Amino acid sequence: MSESNEFVRNVAEKKYEFGFTTDVHTEIIDKGLNEDVIRIISQKKGEPDWLLQFRLDAYRYWLTQQQPTWGHVTLPEIDYQAISYYADPTAKSKDSEKKEIDPELMKTFDKLGIPLEERLALSGTAVDAVMDSVSVKTTFKEKLSEKGIIFCSISEAVKEHPDLVKKYLGSVVPPKDNYFAALNSAVFSDGSFVYIPKNTRCPMELSTYFRINARNTGQFERTLIVCDEGSYVSYLEGCTAPMRDENQLHAAIVEIVIMDNSEVKYSTVQNWYPGDAEGKGGVLNLVTKRGDLRGVNSKLSWTQVETGSAITWKYPSCVLRGDNSQAEFYSVAVTNNHQEADTGTKMIHMGKNTRSTIISKGISAGKSQNSYRGLVRVTKNADGARNYSSCDSLLLGSECGAHTFPYMDIHNNTATIEHEATTSKINEDQLMYCNQRGISTEEAVGLIVNGYAKDVINKLPMEFAVEAQKLLSVSLEGTVG
Amino acid sequence: MHATVGGKEILKGVDLTIKDGEIHALMGTNGAGKSTLSNVIVGNPAYEVTEGSITFNGQDLLAMKTEERAHAGIFMSFQAPIEIPGVSMTNFMRAAVNARRQALGKEPLKSTDFLKIMREKRKLVEIDQKLMNRSVNEGFSGGERKRNEIFQMAMLEPTFCILDETDSGLDVDALRIVAEGFNKLRTEETSAMVITHYQRLLDYIKPDVVHVLIDGKIVKTGGPELALKIENEGFDWIKAELA
Amino acid sequence: MKSEQQYIELYNEAGALIKQKSCPVMNAVRDEAFRVFEAKGFPSKKVERYKYTDVDAAFAPNYGISLNPIEIKAPQPCKEGDARKQYVFSLKNAPIDLAPYYNNVADKADALTALNTALVHDGLLIYVPKNECPADPIQIDNWLQGTAATMMNRRVLVILEQGAQATIIINDHAADKQRFLTTQVVEVVCKDNSHLDMYEIEETTPLCSRFSNVYIREGRDCSVKHNSITLFNGQTRNLCDVYLTGENSEVTLNGCVITDKNQRVDNNTLIDHQVSNCNSNELYKYVVDGQSVGAFAGKILVEKDAQKTTSQETNSNLCASSDARMFTQPMLEIYADDVKCAHGSTVGVMDETALFYMRQRGIPEDEARTLLKNAFMGQVIDQIQLRPLRDKLYVKVEKRFRGELDKCEDCRLCK
Repeated sequence: MSESNEFVRNVAEKKYEFGFTTDVHTEIIDKGLNEDVIRIISQKKGEPDWLLQFRLDAYRYWLTQQQPTWGHVTLPEIDYQAISYYADPTAKSKDSEKKEIDPELMKTFDKLGIPLEERLALSGTAVDAVMDSVSVKTTFKEKLSEKGIIFCSISEAVKEHPDLVKKYLGSVVPPKDNYFAALNSAVFSDGSFVYIPKNTRCPMELSTYFRINARNTGQFERTLIVCDEGSYVSYLEGCTAPMRDENQLHAAIVEIVIMDNSEVKYSTVQNWYPGDAEGKGGVLNLVTKRGDLRGVNSKLSWTQVETGSAITWKYPSCVLRGDNSQAEFYSVAVTNNHQEADTGTKMIHMGKNTRSTIISKGISAGKSQNSYRGLVRVTKNADGARNYSSCDSLLLGSECGAHTFPYMDIHNNTATIEHEATTSKINEDQLMYCNQRGISTEEAVGLIVNGYAKDVINKLPMEFAVEAQKLLSVSLEGTVG
Repeated sequence: MHATVGGKEILKGVDLTIKDGEIHALMGTNGAGKSTLSNVIVGNPAYEVTEGSITFNGQDLLAMKTEERAHAGIFMSFQAPIEIPGVSMTNFMRAAVNARRQALGKEPLKSTDFLKIMREKRKLVEIDQKLMNRSVNEGFSGGERKRNEIFQMAMLEPTFCILDETDSGLDVDALRIVAEGFNKLRTEETSAMVITHYQRLLDYIKPDVVHVLIDGKIVKTGGPELALKIENEGFDWIKAELA
Repeated sequence: MKSEQQYIELYNEAGALIKQKSCPVMNAVRDEAFRVFEAKGFPSKKVERYKYTDVDAAFAPNYGISLNPIEIKAPQPCKEGDARKQYVFSLKNAPIDLAPYYNNVADKADALTALNTALVHDGLLIYVPKNECPADPIQIDNWLQGTAATMMNRRVLVILEQGAQATIIINDHAADKQRFLTTQVVEVVCKDNSHLDMYEIEETTPLCSRFSNVYIREGRDCSVKHNSITLFNGQTRNLCDVYLTGENSEVTLNGCVITDKNQRVDNNTLIDHQVSNCNSNELYKYVVDGQSVGAFAGKILVEKDAQKTTSQETNSNLCASSDARMFTQPMLEIYADDVKCAHGSTVGVMDETALFYMRQRGIPEDEARTLLKNAFMGQVIDQIQLRPLRDKLYVKVEKRFRGELDKCEDCRLCK
């Protein structure tokens, strides 16, 4: 099995191609967290008073709370005073009227495969590129605005569309939701804002690319997506960070509001730096993501491919409030070396005839711990709710762990809930069959793992699927057009 | 050569030489060690060779990994082909073909060339294109699986083939397709070891030599007439001779 | 005042009396257990294994504590001249030294086990010597009797020596319409190649609360079947932990729970695969009706060296009314790679097409529902090896679904 270990190490470590840093003048405020820091952030962003108050309330609540310990991860003691809460790599050009983007930044995003010049863009994808605390550039804004679609950084949205932001910010994930949500609500920096007006099918994939660059900074992004009645949007999120010896904190919030008869697809390929082979460094990925399916017949689909981060603590959730609403969660989580992932979803069925599907594939290697944790709740009035969950774990190596912790709370006698899970090691017969056909064990593991994850990969938009497949190291499938 | 599986000795001294271009049939009772022999030759890690050696074109097979043996030109048609969910036949074959090419120091095939070869070889065994888009062996019927094995053989162009009960479970038409497919693929150098219980496969694939394996040893070797006699009379007479 | 305070006071006042009525092996661990309880108090719902039961509330009422001695009658011969061997003893009169076993299988850190260990004054020992197999099942009937609200602390120690075999049935009955609170700790030691078939059947009243902790330790080549059946109760919390410490052993945990009214049943199990080549199976089924609440949490833990483990856990539930609530939480925690483990959990509704089909044939809807519920539970009862018990349970389960079993029907005392 040592060979297959090596394979996954290749995936998680050797292929961490994004470990470089960008040398760009970055304005970083002093380390530490207090009310003054929050005032500075708010002031730098030129925020209205209500938003400052929102931040301060969240901060005061956060002070009263303890860091949660229930996940199957060993979260290190985080020194919240050793982190800088605001880093702006675009500061140099701040004064000029029309913001010029530092060519270094352009180069960085090019290197990451995210061209910020529209003529170079991947077909049909608009990008909001966020480095550290600031959105660098959003492409195709004008084209989208012709249809009334708003796609911009959240800082910009606060200025340009204050009513929308005020109406929806914190309405899905309240500042007091949990410890990290409170922290984010207090210090959130940048992220994307999306508004799809009524009866509009967003003509391109919207994508945000997150990059942590500056040292000793945390990234606290905030994304808010509102999909009004009868509309559709597909949104992608990608993440990388340089290799640093110390842990980097990433505590994000994603809120999605979905109205009657509308649909949102949210895809993530998370490849934050996972730390080195000894478990040193890496991103602490502590994220609250939630979609509120407010409307009847609304749909939300979360798809995530998680290969990075030292620690992942993340449960993209769905509140199925509208009657006949439908939610899906598809996840592949790969952990290796000393990575620890505790990830899954929550499906809260409140409307009638709501449906949810959970497909989770965990792949553990090295000395990693990989847990699925999920909740399916059917409330008293959610007649006719249905859920199907399937959680499989694959073990590569004898020093890793694979765990499944599903919680079901059913308070309705018309609900049909099914959960199944399996854990097994990679099938020796399949390896042998591939070997006999001349395929090396390393490549065979890649093939088998990719086949295993296929149900999830297939849910990703094409460009992302290719990236995800590469991440899972399947050289062949990536080249098939 | 001696070999064990799960600590139990199955092969208790097998000595066998197969020359280029020769077809050897291997017959024997259930549990005699026929499949063990083929698994040992291809290098299934579940089997352990405790004594002896296997040489292939001058190379020491036992020192080679399973895939290296495959690259050297050894192919086994599995008695029970394995399902690999989520991996399409096309991608599976592309991985196998290019791995072999790489081992032989050749460039990987271009996508278009590869698909062209796939198309040609598919016709040979009359296998449907739609099976190529499915996962390896998943949802294949018994006959489709066996045809798929011969198709893979066509793609990989081995010089030594082991057909492990490739005929079992096939109806007459399927048997003909599989056997004729094999014959079309044969070159003058191709040698094979055909494991079977039945003469009907040997009607198509004519053996040069027939061996009888009982209780881990080759107890009798003869020409094609030996297989006919076994078909009619079973193994009891051989056992009687041994006793 | 939090509930634990009255038990701490009780122990401080009555500890000496309990010790006086008890025996050295039990007293040896008593003070330490009390200190554990005193330090921990009752587990809150934030404690993962107790998240579905409000322990504090259950122990809040003021109960008297029963310190009645346990008398074991010598076994009576069925036929004349057919002398019976004794396998059941009181802990005070054990034929062997119990110090290596008593409170050594149980989880000493569990607050309820600690409370039981501190308060219990006597208990039962079932001891089967090497290679022996009692001819008949060993049956223990617990009768809850009293004229005032009473707390019973029960303790059972089962020791099967190497090669021994036994069938044990523990029945819970309530003889009086009174509030009873029971704590029970059962420790089972199965030495190599021993085989145990064990049943716990609860048929009490809505006034009864039961907190039972069962701990089973298996050596090598053992097989244990533990069946937990809750037919009628008030509030029940059953914990069952199995430690597989020897290779080639297996364990089967089966559970059958039927609730309605305001009943609550919380089963929490752990199967700990510590070594290689063991097999575990678990099947728990619930039918929750009325305003009742069912909870099931079962963890399969496969430790680092427990290669070649196979394990299957299944929890199937039927919510039969719109006010009933079911929590289910099957868990796999796996640290070895060469394993085959699976769990499945369902909460479902009755098969409407089957209901319709039966009604079309003239079967009234209620009757059809009863038939389906029976069929659903039948899958667990089918697993019961002890034939007479199985037959009896088929009848009881059906009666229960028909509402004819609203008190413990075998109690001659409660007419």
